[in-house]
Amino acid sequence: MTSFVKPFIRRKNEPTNALGLVRADYDGAMSTLCAGCGHDAVTATMARAFFELSIEPHKAVKVSGIGCSSKTTAYFLRDSHGINTVHGRMPSVATGAIAANHELAYIGVSGDGDSLSIGLGQFVHAMRRNVNMLYVLENNGVYGLTKGQFSAAADIGSTAKKGAVNELPPIDPVSLALSVGATFVARGFSGDRDQLLPLIKAGLKHKGFGLIDVISPCVSFNDHKGSTKSYAHTYKYYNPAIHADYVPPSEQIKADYAAGEVMPVKLHDGGEIRLRKLENGYDPRDRAAAIGKLFESGQSQEIITGLLYINENDKDMHEMARMEDRPLNQIPYDELNPGAAKLKELQKGFR
Amino acid sequence: MSKARINDFTIKVGNVNGTGSASANALLMKIIFRMGVPVVGKNIFPSNIQGLPTWYEIRVTEKGYRGRSGDIDIMIAMNPDSYKRDLEELSPGGILLYDDTWPRPHFLTRTDITVIGVPLARMCNTAFKVARSRILMKNVAYVGAVAALLDLDLNIIHTLLREMFAAKPKLVDLNLQAVALGYDYVKEHFPGMNDFKVEARNLTEGKVMIDGNTAAGLGCVYGGATFGAWYPITPSTSLMDAFVKYCKELRIHPETGKHKYCIIQAEDELAAAGMIIGAAWNGARCFTPTSGPGISLMSEFIGFAYYTEIPMVLFDIQRTGPSTGMPTRTQQCDILLCATASHGDTMHILLFPADPGECFEMAVNALDLAERFQTPVFVLSDIDIGMNDWMADELTWDDSYIPDRGKVLSSEDLKSVDKFHRYLDVDGDHIPYRTIPGTDPKGAYFTRGSGHNKFGGYTEDGAEYKEVVDRLKAKWKSAAEKLPVPIVKRAKKPTKTAILSLGSCDGAVIEARDKLGADGVYLNYMRVRGFPFAQAVEDFIAEHDQVFVIEQNRDAQLLGLLLSETNAPREKLIPLLHYSGEPLDYKFVRGALSEALNLRKTA
Repeated sequence: MTSFVKPFIRRKNEPTNALGLVRADYDGAMSTLCAGCGHDAVTATMARAFFELSIEPHKAVKVSGIGCSSKTTAYFLRDSHGINTVHGRMPSVATGAIAANHELAYIGVSGDGDSLSIGLGQFVHAMRRNVNMLYVLENNGVYGLTKGQFSAAADIGSTAKKGAVNELPPIDPVSLALSVGATFVARGFSGDRDQLLPLIKAGLKHKGFGLIDVISPCVSFNDHKGSTKSYAHTYKYYNPAIHADYVPPSEQIKADYAAGEVMPVKLHDGGEIRLRKLENGYDPRDRAAAIGKLFESGQSQEIITGLLYINENDKDMHEMARMEDRPLNQIPYDELNPGAAKLKELQKGFR
Repeated sequence: MSKARINDFTIKVGNVNGTGSASANALLMKIIFRMGVPVVGKNIFPSNIQGLPTWYEIRVTEKGYRGRSGDIDIMIAMNPDSYKRDLEELSPGGILLYDDTWPRPHFLTRTDITVIGVPLARMCNTAFKVARSRILMKNVAYVGAVAALLDLDLNIIHTLLREMFAAKPKLVDLNLQAVALGYDYVKEHFPGMNDFKVEARNLTEGKVMIDGNTAAGLGCVYGGATFGAWYPITPSTSLMDAFVKYCKELRIHPETGKHKYCIIQAEDELAAAGMIIGAAWNGARCFTPTSGPGISLMSEFIGFAYYTEIPMVLFDIQRTGPSTGMPTRTQQCDILLCATASHGDTMHILLFPADPGECFEMAVNALDLAERFQTPVFVLSDIDIGMNDWMADELTWDDSYIPDRGKVLSSEDLKSVDKFHRYLDVDGDHIPYRTIPGTDPKGAYFTRGSGHNKFGGYTEDGAEYKEVVDRLKAKWKSAAEKLPVPIVKRAKKPTKTAILSLGSCDGAVIEARDKLGADGVYLNYMRVRGFPFAQAVEDFIAEHDQVFVIEQNRDAQLLGLLLSETNAPREKLIPLLHYSGEPLDYKFVRGALSEALNLRKTA
């Protein structure tokens, strides 16, 4: 519990980012999750992404719901504001927070129970609104904190630790996201940091709702034989199909690539996402293709990962609401007060 | 013929909803208002869009009473489906006006009333070509008929119609024609009708006709709210409509078209609650309007905001429950729900406006109080206040007002703080400091609805937990004297008997008390305006032998709170309850009080 205080050690010659901060500056409290939990790897990767992007910790905001995954917002970015909301309702709190100030970097952390059962409605509606945030869904197919019930992400035929077989079809967050308007849709695996790290960086830089469905096995309740969300099963069917690198505006000139191997996608901040490992002309800007690809891979049990879809053209919530650039929480009151004389004038119609 | 009753009677229009009757009724009421005579409008409408019975009451009251009279003197029966009921409701000596295109001889069964038949449909069918106009103009024609009966000022009618249809001048002539149809018919066929008259006065100077939801929406604009989230629900929808309207008018940059506000229609009330919590946590002033079912859904989030100390402003425009209840009928039935909304030990701040003027003021109060006390604040209005047009003093604004944003530390403030702890009571006023995300690395903290200690850290330690929840209770209590003060009206003579009431009961209570006073029954009256109760409430009860607690719900909810939150003895408090869903009328109050007082006397 919180009695463990994570030691803060500064090493000599430790690499620093553009802000002069070291990787440990992006840590948080000690994790209280089980040893070997996929979530801890994701937490470390998220912390690294913020570090590598040189985001000032206090300009980042962490939001989460309830569950093992939601706890992890306390385990990184100790110098950021974080809010652990109620079960399944993180998207609405994030939506309100982002409406109040769109200038911060928002990361939401949730799980398959939090997002796909109790919170399915809010999850879908945040994507519809194209709220500008990165939503990391740590997906293990099981309720961990209540000790092993199936979640809505459990595959047909997957077994529980005590042997029960799931017969209900799973809700796939990726296909859902593609159908309701998310503009950055990816799948990752907690066991593949090389792929996940650039995905998180790209997702944070994308303007609009970014979803990364991260297969993140539960070592205590869903890592057994018969589970389709175990480490073993995931490694077996894993296909890292589309690799995405985020290249900041400052580094664009240096990198070069042969046409055909890499597909660049321009971002609003002037940076670029470079997609690699694309098979036979697959274009992640094509939503129909992404849906087709997903369906195809599902047929063969393959777990397709990487950036499956990206759309930099749709308006995000802030733009759709036609809000001015200055965040709402920074507009001084004298610009909001219509004044006594105006009130008199407005009431002429009430006579 | 007896002498005419001047400026003191009630007109009721029984109609079919969806036929444009609302604008005809508004026109009728405004004519009288413009003639300088106070009016009260009560809309009793169905939860439906078209085809069901709907009623509108217009009380003409020279004395400026604000409740219903409990009598109907002129019934305009436009809906055959409700003829029977409408006929029965009419007071002896009253006038029944109906559309006799289809004669209804059974109206003649009542000999104590005057029946006036006007062939509204026939006249309109002859005069107007378009089918929809025929329906709409029938309503405008009855306004003309009533104008003839009551001697309403035709010039004012003309002016009003020109104002109403300034954008569509063609409609002015059409409406004028319809008014003339009704007016001329009555003048020709019923000359010398002289039972009820409106005589011009000068009693509406400085007054406006406004509903509470519009006033509250306007209050949110003046209070500096920049964000609102909501889910449509009768009867709160028009509050957000008003906020939208005034934001569009006042908060859009004329050149860039950019907004200084954001309004989100959420997917449900749970999300609306979450959104305003997120926005308030992030430093924007915001609110959500809803009704009882919405509060039920929001309850988990309300507890979250209470425990994590996030400002939250909720308008509950109360309607009858339980469950869906009667969605378009009024009650004060969410007092207990709002006082303790959510699981666990939670206590909230409630404000009780009695009229649109107070809706405007209390909207601003609520925004201030929520940020000062970092907690949910409920404004408990109801359908009667929220959706009816009230004659109110023109709203005024003090340009020197500065919003109370509460104890928020800026980046500059944090420089002088050694270490920031979110839930530490540094000043001994039970209110900790908060910081807004993005301000300063020193201000970072973690917000959690799970057990936390005074430093903001997670805890499962009993003593640490209690320390925080005890402070929350003390903080809540400390709000008592910071809320709008109770209003006390003393009787002309000293008395040990009193009335204690709240909100929209006020008009009927004041009138009943006046009438009883005239009969030599003296009652002091306190109207509470906030919860937790100020000390004055307990003191008021203490100085009386019996206190009638008048409220509009079945379970005596206000009385229940008085018992649990003051030391008032049970036997002193006598509930007088009205919960039919119709706005309270003074006759009910006077009757119930007389009965109770007589019973006590003889007991």
